[in-house]
Amino acid sequence: MKRQFPLVITFVVGMLVIVSQFIPHQPFGHLSDTLESWFLIISGFAILLGQLNLLKVNIIKIHRKVRNWQYYIVCVVSFVVMITIGILWGTQDQPGLLGQGSALVSFFGRKPFDYIFKHFFENLSATMFSLLAFFMASASYRAFRARNLESSLLLISAVLVMLGRTTIGTWLTGWIPEDLTYLHIPQIANFIMKYLQKTGQRAIMICAGLGIVGSSLRIILGIERSYLGGK
Amino acid sequence: MSFFEKLMKIDRRIIFLLIFIGVAVPLIVALNFTLEITQPVRKVYSLVEDADDGAYILLSFDYGPSTKPEIQPMAIAVLKHAFERDYKVVCSALWPMGVLMCSEAIESVKEEYPNIEYGVDYVNLGYKAGGLVTINHMGKNMRETFPTDAANNPISEIPIMDNIKNLTNFDFIVGFSSGSPGLKQWVQVAHDAYGVPVAGGSTAVQVPSLSPYLNRENQLEGLLGGLKGAAEYEKLIASPGTAVKGMDAQSIAHLLIIIFITIGNIGYFVTGKYKQKRL
Repeated sequence: MKRQFPLVITFVVGMLVIVSQFIPHQPFGHLSDTLESWFLIISGFAILLGQLNLLKVNIIKIHRKVRNWQYYIVCVVSFVVMITIGILWGTQDQPGLLGQGSALVSFFGRKPFDYIFKHFFENLSATMFSLLAFFMASASYRAFRARNLESSLLLISAVLVMLGRTTIGTWLTGWIPEDLTYLHIPQIANFIMKYLQKTGQRAIMICAGLGIVGSSLRIILGIERSYLGGK
Repeated sequence: MSFFEKLMKIDRRIIFLLIFIGVAVPLIVALNFTLEITQPVRKVYSLVEDADDGAYILLSFDYGPSTKPEIQPMAIAVLKHAFERDYKVVCSALWPMGVLMCSEAIESVKEEYPNIEYGVDYVNLGYKAGGLVTINHMGKNMRETFPTDAANNPISEIPIMDNIKNLTNFDFIVGFSSGSPGLKQWVQVAHDAYGVPVAGGSTAVQVPSLSPYLNRENQLEGLLGGLKGAAEYEKLIASPGTAVKGMDAQSIAHLLIIIFITIGNIGYFVTGKYKQKRL
């Protein structure tokens, strides 16, 4: 019963949504709208659930002193600090339990939550993302080799697109006369992106779409049950 | 050990240092490389430029701080263009961090347009979870999806929202996206299901997956791809900002990576490693 009940709900709701796409009249149209509203409410709760789960997972790791457990303390402390100051003084648009925190705003220049978000979180996030450039440079030096025909083609097109998608491409081939513009590196990069890349992407997207339809049907019909947990 | 063998075993910290110098120097000393305007960027510009006077536009901030250096310049440039044309700007977010990204973008534009008034010229509706379903719900009933703005003011008390019942009341939508939910979902629902023109900006890595939507059906009216797209837009509106500045750094970084790939491959063939692999 514990597993069958969710399966029945999934089947009924899934079928209702599919039918409402083909018959948008009452009662299906209204039911579909109601289900959408429920989805939005449940999505909100899912965020709360995710936060509680994050806290639980990290606390368990600290308690068990797993490898690098000290880093999990940083995560939990940051989480608690942000939530606490958010509740106490609110965010940019909303007041907190202690009001707008005018004294703190005059000291920091903005609310504590917004100050930490702007001056710590934003910079740390951007730094993490920027580190990719360093690792990509190192990896390209060691691993991007013309080992066979396929990798050679990939290598050549990657170099052309990289040059064409920056100002270097224009700088290198901008002097080529107008009637030979097809030799301009940005034009070659556009050709690769517009025809070769787009064709491959479309094929991938169509396959992925078919895959989504297939797996959705498997879930609705109760064939795929891994989302219920267990084996 | 030959020169190339040594080169092949170069410490990666040297590569990191070269990339650091390659990125930092152009940010300090402008190199002013020429920038060609590409078709997808020009189309976004035309969409914004050619809309009717007093047009209502929806800007969706679907990204976070990690991709802010790449996407925020686009958002700022489009906001400047919209306020220049006197459009009514409604902002929303499918990502929680998008709310603050929107606030910061408007904050930076306000210096140039001090007369814009909250609730009259622009509004920040805030974040709503649900992705694709949220967009679909906005297509049916905007007020039910966003009963209040980000500051908890009821939508009924915000003048700019008086004429907005659902997505079809917008002249066009511009989505700034760094993943899912994002621009792809806006195309699939707002354009394909409700027929609202959609354009957008995304990170450079997302461009290949979005480019199939740049087609004859104009599923995506135009696309600002990565920092280059943002820089091109800044050039089109004649308001160079951080994107134009950052393009020099990005170009040098790409050039360095190409040089690394070339040296790596020369070393690979000169040292005869390609033969070892084939044996």
